[in-house]
Amino acid sequence: MLGKLSWAAIPFNEPIPMAASLMIIVGVLGVLGLISWKGWWPYLWREWLTSVDHKRIGVMYLLLALVLLLRGFIDAIMMRSQLAIAAGGAQGYLPPEHYDQIFSAHGTIMIFFMAMPFMVGLMNFVVPLQLGVRDVAFPVLNSISFWLTATGALLVNVSLVVGEFARTGWLAYPPLSELQFSPGVGVDYYLWALQISGIGTLLAGINMVTTILKLRAPGMTYMRMPVFCWTALCSSMLIVAAFPVLTATFGMLLLDRYVGMHFFTNDGGGNFMMYINLIWIWGHPEVYILVLPAFGVFSEVIATFSGKQLFGYRSMVLATLAICVLSFMVWLHHFFTMGAGADVNAVFGIMSMIIAIPTGVKLFNWLFTLYRGRIRFEVPVLWAIGFMVTFAIGGMTGVLQAVPPADFVLHNSLFLVAHFHNVIIGAVVFGAMAGYYYWFPKAFGFTLDRRLGMVSFWCWLIGFYLAFMPLYVLGLLGMTRRMQHYADVSWQPYLIVAEVGAIVILCGIVATIAQLIVSIRTRERRRDRSGDPWNGRTLEWSTTSPPPAYNFAVMPQVQSLDAFWVIKQRGPVAPPARYDSIEVPKNSPNGFVTAFFAVITGFALIWHIWWMAILGLACAALTLFAFGWMERPETRISGEQLATAERARLQSMDPAP
Amino acid sequence: MARGGEGPAPVRIVVAYGFWIFLLSDIIMFSALFATYAVLSGQTDGGPSAHKLFELRHVGIETLCLLFSSYTCGLGILAVGRGHMRGFYLCFALTFVLGAAFLGLELSEFVGMVAHGAGPSRSAFLSAFFSLVGLHGAHVTAGLTWLTFMVAQTAVRGPRDFVRRRLLCFSLFWHALDIIWVALLTLVYLMGAR
Amino acid sequence: MEEYAGQQGSTIEAGDEENESSGSIATYTAGLGFALLLTGTSFLVSQTNLLWAPGVPAGLAVLAIAQMGVHLVFFLHIGTGSDNTNNVLALAFGVLIVTLIVAGSLWIMANLNTNMLPASAIMEMQR
Repeated sequence: MLGKLSWAAIPFNEPIPMAASLMIIVGVLGVLGLISWKGWWPYLWREWLTSVDHKRIGVMYLLLALVLLLRGFIDAIMMRSQLAIAAGGAQGYLPPEHYDQIFSAHGTIMIFFMAMPFMVGLMNFVVPLQLGVRDVAFPVLNSISFWLTATGALLVNVSLVVGEFARTGWLAYPPLSELQFSPGVGVDYYLWALQISGIGTLLAGINMVTTILKLRAPGMTYMRMPVFCWTALCSSMLIVAAFPVLTATFGMLLLDRYVGMHFFTNDGGGNFMMYINLIWIWGHPEVYILVLPAFGVFSEVIATFSGKQLFGYRSMVLATLAICVLSFMVWLHHFFTMGAGADVNAVFGIMSMIIAIPTGVKLFNWLFTLYRGRIRFEVPVLWAIGFMVTFAIGGMTGVLQAVPPADFVLHNSLFLVAHFHNVIIGAVVFGAMAGYYYWFPKAFGFTLDRRLGMVSFWCWLIGFYLAFMPLYVLGLLGMTRRMQHYADVSWQPYLIVAEVGAIVILCGIVATIAQLIVSIRTRERRRDRSGDPWNGRTLEWSTTSPPPAYNFAVMPQVQSLDAFWVIKQRGPVAPPARYDSIEVPKNSPNGFVTAFFAVITGFALIWHIWWMAILGLACAALTLFAFGWMERPETRISGEQLATAERARLQSMDPAP
Repeated sequence: MARGGEGPAPVRIVVAYGFWIFLLSDIIMFSALFATYAVLSGQTDGGPSAHKLFELRHVGIETLCLLFSSYTCGLGILAVGRGHMRGFYLCFALTFVLGAAFLGLELSEFVGMVAHGAGPSRSAFLSAFFSLVGLHGAHVTAGLTWLTFMVAQTAVRGPRDFVRRRLLCFSLFWHALDIIWVALLTLVYLMGAR
Repeated sequence: MEEYAGQQGSTIEAGDEENESSGSIATYTAGLGFALLLTGTSFLVSQTNLLWAPGVPAGLAVLAIAQMGVHLVFFLHIGTGSDNTNNVLALAFGVLIVTLIVAGSLWIMANLNTNMLPASAIMEMQR
């Protein structure tokens, strides 16, 4: 009746998971209770859950990312604490079966449910505004994408309370992830959560590519697009190209586990290396999907706060396109040691070194933008400078490992772990934090507290180096990744330093949370009445903070790069005499309802509750048909309504600082 | 460079382009399965191989069904574009029948193979075969469902703009399935039967 | 989102039928004809000695690519007009990715297979 599900699924006899489950349940019930008690459900449903506005969806993505950052970070600090004490004969406080789930969950959550939503959220919020248009190409699809991502995040967290998570690392290599060696539900939680959110991500990629290529304000040629839009385009193209491979690969592993097929099994002629090959065909472009939008954020931030146009626009665009194509030609460097001959290894090693060149071009362009600029050391610029130093180091250790003989020593050691955290934290996390601070006033109408922003930055920077530089040394000393305890006590001091670093990063995260609370409390003092708090260069700063639902009453006529900067130089423009009426898409519960049935279907498939899975799938299909039957509903805003709204808006604005 | 400065494209073009990008992503998904099939096609684990299993006459009829259904689909789109509704319904009905015939033939092939102990869990080669061809069949099934829905929507709502945009997307999908079948036919059946 | 007043009907995109003249039935029929021809040839090449035996895989590949091209041009209207550039570029990108995935995988897996034991043999060694 209920498949494999029983009361044994809840970890009553394991104190740590039980405590974590209780915290999650209390937290979730607390939030739901608060919303109910305050009567916020109608507002939330109307304004957020059913919204198809790219700005609202972008904010929800960021909220999801920040919450999952906490969950992923708790996993991290648990691992650091375990390793700080589990030296010599000591076993630490986390048994291996549990530790394995923690590092698997940490990686899965940080990549798929923190970094991806953060970048997709920033792209969602910013790109239509920078392009001078009203929304993305397919607003309802946008909502569906978000809610499917949230579904995946929910399923991963449910695994903490009901059942277990995968113990196979964040990529679940077979044969360990096959049914024979992972008979529990853990790998199934992993696979279904990622299949469902993967569909959401793919749809978001299609949406963004179409938006950037087909919807731009009049006059905005390709070479007048902001660099952030170029990086968003290339990142989205990579999503469209890479995620189908992930879907196919996970699909094959699911077929092995559910139907007894032999793609990656040890018997029947299966070949587990094909999984590793395919998963990295996705995996390498994935890291560029994450890093390109971060590069875009830094391009915007550095240009704005230097008061100069970005140096070398054309070479930036070419470098981004080069990275986009090259990222599909290096994937074997993730498994140099797994049996390929010297010829194959050499080719991919050389390609991996070549891909560092366009990134170097970008770095020099940022430096040349800062050079002789009138730099304002606002919080985003600190993140940018911290990024340039940190990412350069991480990039160098990457090129080092691109040499196959070196990689034979370093593969799967802590050196590798240090490298990828170096580049991901240095670029993606720092870029996320910079973008968050930079565009927060646009989204909410007031700036974030500056001092706490500085505190957060310095804690993250210092904490990062304390936490990860020792890992480089440990990797060279021979410590492998994913170790629950270790015999060599001479490694312990390094791991204690790393633990201290993690605690310093924790202070940085706490500072960010405090910053949000303080900023909300004191928001009147930091109201952005001009819409342009940073003296920006691109079109999003030409709207109010926050922009009206329709973004632009009249689409801007773009005549150059840095369109808004040029408009500002020309002086104030009189509002138009009359406005044409516009149509704005109505809200739709499509995304939320589809995701609801996706959660049911996913959960049922994980626990082999076949009738529930069929029911869930049927309901999801019916939802698709029901919403498809109706025409896309839109609200018409008349010219007169627009004129009134725009007049009120302009009156409330102060001129830019 | 003045290219690309005309402002936002009309909805019709935006929808068609978005769908084209989706189709390319779908083709990439198939290519991962194609690659897996190519790698695993020799792994029969002592079981039946391609040469023994594939019956080319059967496959030939399937191919003709799908190809002609692509043709009738195209004609149907032309008809609805010119307002010839009876022609549209006729062409799309033919498309459905031909597509269903394709599916029926493919299902009978699968059932026959399973009955002879050559099911998807017998060997890696068979897992790859059933998944690759089966995924294409699943797409055809989804296409036929979509076709039925679109004909119903056209009948009830009339050939309005948003309906015609979706019919166009359907036809792109249906033609793409035939393109994938060409690759399937060649790589799996024609090469395998040698 | 407003129905942007763009150039209605003056641009041609993938599958865009709006401006096809009455010659379109001819286009589809020509496509069908070519496709039938190529299909028939593929079957013949595969099953008879029409082509020199070691060249058959290459021949079949060429015929398949040609037929896919016929579909793209005659059924999907992928052309060379300047309005079509985005579609052609997207297709080119897709073809590049597919080639990298298929050719790359084949090369890598063949390389691995010559250098490594099969999984079943590795498992035997573990016992």
